Amino acid sequence: MKKASRKVILDAKGMERVLSRLTHEILEKNKGAEELVLVGIMSGGVPLSKFIREKIRTIEGMDVPAGYVDITLYRDDLSRAGYQPRLKRTEIPFSIDEKKVVLVDDVLFTGRTIRAAMDALIDFGRPKNIQLAVLIDRGHRELPIRADYVGRNVPTSRSENVDVMVQGEREEWKVILREPTPAKGE
Amino acid sequence: MDWKRRHVLGLADFRVEEMEFVIDTARSMEEVLTRDIKKVPALRGKTVVNLFFEASTRTRTSFEIAGKRLSADVVNFSSSTSSVTKGETLLDTAKNIEAMKPNIVILRHYASGSPHFLSRFVSCSIINAGDGANEHPSQGLLDLYTILKAKGKIKGLKIAIIGDILHSRVVRSDLHSLGRMGANLWLCGPATMAPKEMERTGARVTYDIREAVKDADVVMMLRIQLERQKTAYFPSLREYSCKYGLNRAIFSLAKEDAVIMHPGPINRGVELSDELADCAQSRILNQVESGVAIRMALLYLLAGGHDAAH
Amino acid sequence: MLLIKGGRVIDPASGLDETGGVVLENGKVKDFLPGGQAPKGFQGRTIDAAGKWVLPGLIDMHVHLREPGYEWKEDIRSGTRAAAAGGFTSVACMANTKPVNDHPEITRYIREKGEREGFANVFPVAAVTRGLEGKEMADYAELAEAGAVAFSDDGKPVASSLLLRRALEYAKAFDFLILSHAEDRELSGEGAAHEGWTAHRLGIPGIPAAAEEVAIARDILLAKQTGGKVHIQHISTKMGVALLRMAKKSGVRVTGETAPHYFTLTDALLEGYDTNAKMNPPLRGEEDRMAVLEGLNDGTIDAIATDHAPHEDYVKRCEFIAAANGIIGLETALPLSLALLSGGKVTPARIVELLSANPAGILKLAGKGSLRKGADADVTVVDPEMEWEYRQQDILSKSRNTPFLGWKLKGRAVATLRGGRVTHSLLPGVAVDG
Repeated sequence: MKKASRKVILDAKGMERVLSRLTHEILEKNKGAEELVLVGIMSGGVPLSKFIREKIRTIEGMDVPAGYVDITLYRDDLSRAGYQPRLKRTEIPFSIDEKKVVLVDDVLFTGRTIRAAMDALIDFGRPKNIQLAVLIDRGHRELPIRADYVGRNVPTSRSENVDVMVQGEREEWKVILREPTPAKGE
Repeated sequence: MDWKRRHVLGLADFRVEEMEFVIDTARSMEEVLTRDIKKVPALRGKTVVNLFFEASTRTRTSFEIAGKRLSADVVNFSSSTSSVTKGETLLDTAKNIEAMKPNIVILRHYASGSPHFLSRFVSCSIINAGDGANEHPSQGLLDLYTILKAKGKIKGLKIAIIGDILHSRVVRSDLHSLGRMGANLWLCGPATMAPKEMERTGARVTYDIREAVKDADVVMMLRIQLERQKTAYFPSLREYSCKYGLNRAIFSLAKEDAVIMHPGPINRGVELSDELADCAQSRILNQVESGVAIRMALLYLLAGGHDAAH
Repeated sequence: MLLIKGGRVIDPASGLDETGGVVLENGKVKDFLPGGQAPKGFQGRTIDAAGKWVLPGLIDMHVHLREPGYEWKEDIRSGTRAAAAGGFTSVACMANTKPVNDHPEITRYIREKGEREGFANVFPVAAVTRGLEGKEMADYAELAEAGAVAFSDDGKPVASSLLLRRALEYAKAFDFLILSHAEDRELSGEGAAHEGWTAHRLGIPGIPAAAEEVAIARDILLAKQTGGKVHIQHISTKMGVALLRMAKKSGVRVTGETAPHYFTLTDALLEGYDTNAKMNPPLRGEEDRMAVLEGLNDGTIDAIATDHAPHEDYVKRCEFIAAANGIIGLETALPLSLALLSGGKVTPARIVELLSANPAGILKLAGKGSLRKGADADVTVVDPEMEWEYRQQDILSKSRNTPFLGWKLKGRAVATLRGGRVTHSLLPGVAVDG
């Protein structure tokens, strides 16, 4: 039986460098942190968005409003799932009207999550613009969506998985490229 | 846990973790209700039919708003304006509606067991919005949710329910939801309406309102149903109000931070004094708020992936 | 001539419980021959009943044949066919037909139809009050002359105590019998099931035991007051049995019957809102069931009668409180009654009393209920050991409202003869007489 292959494509140090670069790019493109708002997409985008917020505080000395959005109620595949997915929380405790909203997510894949996130945001108000920062872009878009800020482009095949592990301590953060376990022979 | 139910017929066989799951889902729904645009597309394209054979504006409106917040198409069918008066059976009415392919039917009917009966014959999901004297599951859940929000817990709370216990489906559902979560339940009413047999559920039954309210954390008053009685269960409303109505004096026997609840609609001055109905400790309007969130949760959970799951 | 040979003949009315042969001729019982031999020079049909019981034809004194007026539920032909398959050679049918059997023409109609088309003897029971309205006595003498064997408003109680008193008193002179459906309708109210913990839990409005007990007490006391006689139908309650026991002890002329479902089932069957658990009086609690069993054991209850109440599917296929009351019972009564034997207190002879001798005695049916010489040739041959499953496709009644579908039963009538002619047979080589 062939073992599934696992490769760490980004370790904790590497992630720190990438996220720092992303933060600088965001600040450069927006000419500073004025009018900026960060919205992390539940669940993977939230720790990343926190990281970026702290980095902005270090660089600009400013606290950027940050919230997070659960896109479950906006998914386009609710009827097709075998069960109703468990809801998480949305918290955007500030107005996004006329703000520049930077959506933060871990992996950009088909683009459907981002579409749902944008629909959710529009229900909250009318932002000046919406930008997208992702840690990994793995290709295979099914909708015309692109990221403004990309940490790393990782070409993948459809069957591979990109796991962004950001739930624990920052020293343990990593990104893994995984080939799925082949089906066991009869 | 994975939600596997196709219907919500009653809380009698709900496990505690299922009730907690609904409450958890309701919490997320409640956040939607704080936004400016109180709508999410989760049930877009789904049809929900309110099939009400008993008058009820408030429960029906609550379900209707819940459905609309989830972008579902909600249709109301109430018996007084319909084929039932022409002698159509419940089954035929339901089958006719099923032929129009709703996803969820919300049924309120005066016969206990009617949603259970219908669930054997129709293929859409059914939510019981009240069947005779049997159950009113969404009420049982919203009462649970309201108390959790007010008190942070259920276990060990003394909860007094006062009124027509005998005919109340709200009580039966609450016994399942609150009782199973560890509340110390006290049921109180005139002897004709508070059968001692209910003690088999673990609740205490008393005919003395002071005993019920003493040191209670929650006092829940039930509407006294005049329209239900053909021959009297008690001499007069005045007498009832005297012995079983909640006023400031009686309420002062409860804990200092006790809250007041009522499933509505209130008979002001009968079971609940005018002043208490609006006082700071009243959670009656919170119940209504919680009700919409709970019903959104139930609709959301039932609307998903049937074909795949079943 | 017909010989039923080698069976265990159980005939408590003539004190007989012996293996032997029963000889039938010209519609009467000619003789009983102990042992296994045939009479000298016997030339006629033989039915081999070795290993079986041979009983006087069973009599169900409480059935609803639904004709005239409700023939889609059942009619005299289908009802008596089901009766014969259940081992019954006679049935007494209730008056709640349409029109009500409160007029001699209707009584005659039923009687004659029974004679022409019935697979069992049909004894009409006429109404106590006109139209079953509880207001005026019916013409008892004329009805009796037309063939009514007793009077009952069954389906409904006679609500007015005064009217029942008058009827009992008047009937006394002719020794007419009133069969009483004992129920205080005000107490039963809107109830749909026995007022007990199960109905309470399921939110079904209850019928308290007192609704039956109060009425039984009244009927007994009126019988006592007037010196008349009364028969209490479908007893289901503990106090009801106790009242009957006490009344008999003090010499009141009262008899009583119960139905197989009251000693076999309880209100536990209500789970799931099964409408085959809905009848009136309702299935009661376990205590009541045990009391009914005790009443059968100690002789308090005189008869088992099915209250066979056929209903079409769709009036049972609905929400519980809207469902029609009643279940069919002719085809399952015998095995359910035979199950009483396992309790050790009831003997086979007692079962024959309950299902044949006593009903015949209560209704004064001449020539029935016994196999003595000269009695009518109504015979039921029973295989007490036969195990069978009660399946929907075997039901002979037009209706299928029974909670016993799928039950594995023990004991069955393998041949039924009425007036010497075979009306039902499961025996190879014994055909039904045309």
